[in-house]
Amino acid sequence: MHSTLSFSQATTVPTTNYAFHSQSPINLRFCGLRREAFGISILTRSSSGRVRLSTRGRSKRTSASTGNNGTPPKSFDYDLIIIGAGVGGHGAALHAVEKGLKTAIIEGDVVGGTCVNRGCVPSKALLAVSGRMRELQSEHHMKALGLQVSAAGYDRQGVADHANNLASKIRSNLTNSMKALGVDILTGFGTIVGPQKVKYGKVGFTDNVVTAKDIIIATGSVPFVPKGIEVDGKTVITSDHALKLEFVPDWIAIVGSGYIGLEFSDVYTALGSEVTFIEALDQLMPGFDPEISKLAQRVLINPRKIDYHTGVFATKITPARDGKPVIVELTDAKTKEHKDTLEVDAALIATGRAPFTYGLGLENINVVTQRGFVPVDERMRVIDANGNLVPHLYCIGDANGKMMLAHAASAQGISVVEQVTGRDHVLNHLSVPAACFTHPEISMVGLTEPQAREKAEKEGFEISVAKTSFKANTKALAENEGEGLAKLIYRPDNGEILGVHIFGLHAADLIHEASNAVALGTRIQDIRFAVHAHPTLSEVLDELFKSAKVEREALEALKVG
Amino acid sequence: MQTQLGNAAFPRLLRRSLSYIPSILYSLHSLLNLFHFFRFLSNSSPQSQKHKEMASPFLSNTTISFSSSLSSSSLPRIAPSIPFSSIRSNSTPRRILTVRSKIREIFMPALSSTMTEGKIVSWVKSEGDVLSKGESVVVVESDKADMDVETFYDGILAAIVVGEGETAPVGAAIGILAETEDEIAEAKAKAASKSGASTPSAPPPAPAPGAASTPGPPKSTPAPAAPTVAEGPRKTVATPFAKKLAKQHKVDIESVVGTGPYGRITPEDIEAAAGLSPSKKNVGLAVVVETKPAAPAKAPAASAAPSSLPPPVPGSTVVPFTTMQAAVSKNMVESLSVPTFRVGYPVTTDALDALYEKVKPKGVTMTALLAKAAAMALAQHPLVNSSCKDGKSFTYNSNINIAVAVAINGGLITPVLQDADKLDLYLLSQKWKELVEKARAKQLQPQEYNSGTFTLSNLGMFGVDRFDAILPPGQGAIMAVGASKPTVVADADGFFSVKNKMLVNVTADHRIIYGADLAAFLQTFSKIVENPESLTL
Repeated sequence: MHSTLSFSQATTVPTTNYAFHSQSPINLRFCGLRREAFGISILTRSSSGRVRLSTRGRSKRTSASTGNNGTPPKSFDYDLIIIGAGVGGHGAALHAVEKGLKTAIIEGDVVGGTCVNRGCVPSKALLAVSGRMRELQSEHHMKALGLQVSAAGYDRQGVADHANNLASKIRSNLTNSMKALGVDILTGFGTIVGPQKVKYGKVGFTDNVVTAKDIIIATGSVPFVPKGIEVDGKTVITSDHALKLEFVPDWIAIVGSGYIGLEFSDVYTALGSEVTFIEALDQLMPGFDPEISKLAQRVLINPRKIDYHTGVFATKITPARDGKPVIVELTDAKTKEHKDTLEVDAALIATGRAPFTYGLGLENINVVTQRGFVPVDERMRVIDANGNLVPHLYCIGDANGKMMLAHAASAQGISVVEQVTGRDHVLNHLSVPAACFTHPEISMVGLTEPQAREKAEKEGFEISVAKTSFKANTKALAENEGEGLAKLIYRPDNGEILGVHIFGLHAADLIHEASNAVALGTRIQDIRFAVHAHPTLSEVLDELFKSAKVEREALEALKVG
Repeated sequence: MQTQLGNAAFPRLLRRSLSYIPSILYSLHSLLNLFHFFRFLSNSSPQSQKHKEMASPFLSNTTISFSSSLSSSSLPRIAPSIPFSSIRSNSTPRRILTVRSKIREIFMPALSSTMTEGKIVSWVKSEGDVLSKGESVVVVESDKADMDVETFYDGILAAIVVGEGETAPVGAAIGILAETEDEIAEAKAKAASKSGASTPSAPPPAPAPGAASTPGPPKSTPAPAAPTVAEGPRKTVATPFAKKLAKQHKVDIESVVGTGPYGRITPEDIEAAAGLSPSKKNVGLAVVVETKPAAPAKAPAASAAPSSLPPPVPGSTVVPFTTMQAAVSKNMVESLSVPTFRVGYPVTTDALDALYEKVKPKGVTMTALLAKAAAMALAQHPLVNSSCKDGKSFTYNSNINIAVAVAINGGLITPVLQDADKLDLYLLSQKWKELVEKARAKQLQPQEYNSGTFTLSNLGMFGVDRFDAILPPGQGAIMAVGASKPTVVADADGFFSVKNKMLVNVTADHRIIYGADLAAFLQTFSKIVENPESLTL
């Protein structure tokens, strides 16, 4: 999934600290967004855990595992087995086939995982609708373009069908692409029974045991629901339900103002709902660069039918029943005192996502999860309870919690395949872009300004910030969408790009020039000579790089070089 | 208008960046980027020319300066290049005061056309600082940007009325400027009276334009109405947009009676309380209202609805029309301008029913049979297929297109069977099936629902025995078909028998179709239905 649903928001994915941080030198300098995932409280397993949770718990773990536990088999059924056919597993499988590995993928639910079925894919369909509705409803905008449109309306079922159809289409694309390449799709819930050995099977059927030289865990995550909140799937919902768009409430409270909450606020307000945000931290959109979130609040929150409560927990949410509305109890995040009670028509719980690793059989190989996350090193190798690497076992994606983004999972999967096929590879998480698909969009790569300042202070270098506005961009003005900002954080002494943040039209598509530059180590003094077609939105970045002031020595070095 | 040449303001603006007045930032950036633009547009194209032009006024006007004096008009001064100056002058309350003093108030400026209140980000100067004309005094955050506000007068910042982090409506005093040290004490006293009287979040402009925020009588009125929706005392529940509107229109939300679900206050309630006609728009309304400060005073109570309609029953829900429903509503009102009349006719359907049983397995529907029969009758009576477009002439249609009314989820649409007289029954049925599917999926093309020349409406399947239909604008006649029911009939010889009879009722435009015309048409229709073999030909 893209950024969207994979991302956890501060209040939620629970933890105090990365416990395994001390055990091995993990590169934890990941993008700022990650930071917000370390939050508060203790993981309470959500009531929304799907069937899979319970079935796993019940399934027997005896037959295959007892006898030869600990002695890896000599020859293997597969070179690589991936548990979980989400975007991460799919990316890994495709790359493994390309590398000539005999590959199988185990899926207990539907191919595509959260992203395709309950995450970024269907939400993009809803956001495509909300973007158009917003445009058609904006009389001012239409008038400025000289367009006349009579009252725009929508058919809820039609919108919901669009989202559902898109998910099925992408799902079948994923399935077909794996089948076509000869990846075996094994149906059932996978459990690790010993080194290089996995069993899988459906509930009520006998389990099959398969062996593989290497195993990748890619089981993803489920919506995290804090305790005290009763999800009924009708009036108190998670993103899983909201994406089905079974009804459009007049007034919905959204708990959490991270990516998921923000995107849904865009959808719901475009479809006519009023929204109340409930955010545990003192500021809305805590994961973003402060300047970007300030601007985003001016554009995405203040002028819309949205109000918010910050610095409060939703400690109790009761679904609508017996002629009563949904009741939300707010508690002050600091004093823990009751603060307010809201009466709304629906509540969406967007407090982040919890790893889905229960019942994976990790105890069979002496691995202990950290708040549900599988501990890994920077090469995605799983670390056991004693701090040692578990040979031939990797974990990618939301399940390891390094960076809960669909494309990050896929990149991690590719990195693992590179390693098992003999080429060392470490993924630079600072080069992984993230995007929030509101209207306009928000995107980013690398560090936020406060993070960069902290790092600069620690390591003793200077940083500078450059900004450009969409208001000066011809294409943006032609679209009458001049609202927006691009921000570059860099080192003036050597021209290194530390972070780029964009808020504006098609920001999610624009970020890749910056993320590629970060990934390839391109410096500002080099990239500023790259040519951009005129007039395009990409000139916003062109101007950004050109407006950065790199010190003379770096430029001299370039000339000499 | 005073102009301030504040070179210092240029980088300041830059730092704070962002968006507020397109032209300013546009020119600002054009300045920044002129160099790059010229690289792209090395020939002096109109575009680059424009950049130069836009950049120049900016240099001389740099930043928004604002301040005013008690002894003069309180109109804000805004650099001349700023396009919304006219809006500003409307939206700020004018004051005519007789006090003569050198104590001046610093007002919350309007930094954008949509700004209704501003937040003090920081005071650049502190109390007691000596200010000179053009200096930045305070940084204000509007709905769009952070801006430095300058003073137009030399003096001493005697008192800060609205502190950092607090919010004040546009036009409210946020600080007091004294001209000399002697006046500081007086200014402070003034400030004290101001800040004492106002809440920190929103000090209203002193002689506020009598908005509904006046406490007192309105507060007592809602009490009796509230218990209808809620038992006992309860707190006010207002939706996010209602709260925003209340703030914008200075409506005291406690004085409004909620009519929404669970007795909550909806945006419509606030609009009613503010004396506005309910409207979908939010932006822009503010400007309209604030130019007429008298308007809100008229309607402080929620009950003073702008229209003569009775107030909605508490707890009722208002659901706006969908596009389709709005179209139906419009057409129905339009139909009132046409003089119509109705003629009914009983039709024996035994033969038709028998035929229907025979062709049903081939996918023929009753709708197709009736449409075909009507079309064949119309072919013989082209007048009934005509329409009156201008009240002066007959328009004879060259095609017989039968529109058939279909209820779809929450709406009504009339897919059209084009050339229904020419197509055979099976093609017609096939066509009908396609149209209904498209209608359900809302994919009908305009010519597939608005090209009808005659309409058929059948409620027989619900057991309705007779009804009359409203003639859609642009057509000459519409046929309402009831259910076919076994009826005892006596023939010419006095023998009783039971026959299936169906009542059809045609509504027609009497400007072009007269009673005898319709009767003749119905007779033909009846004959076709009673001898339906021709339908299958």
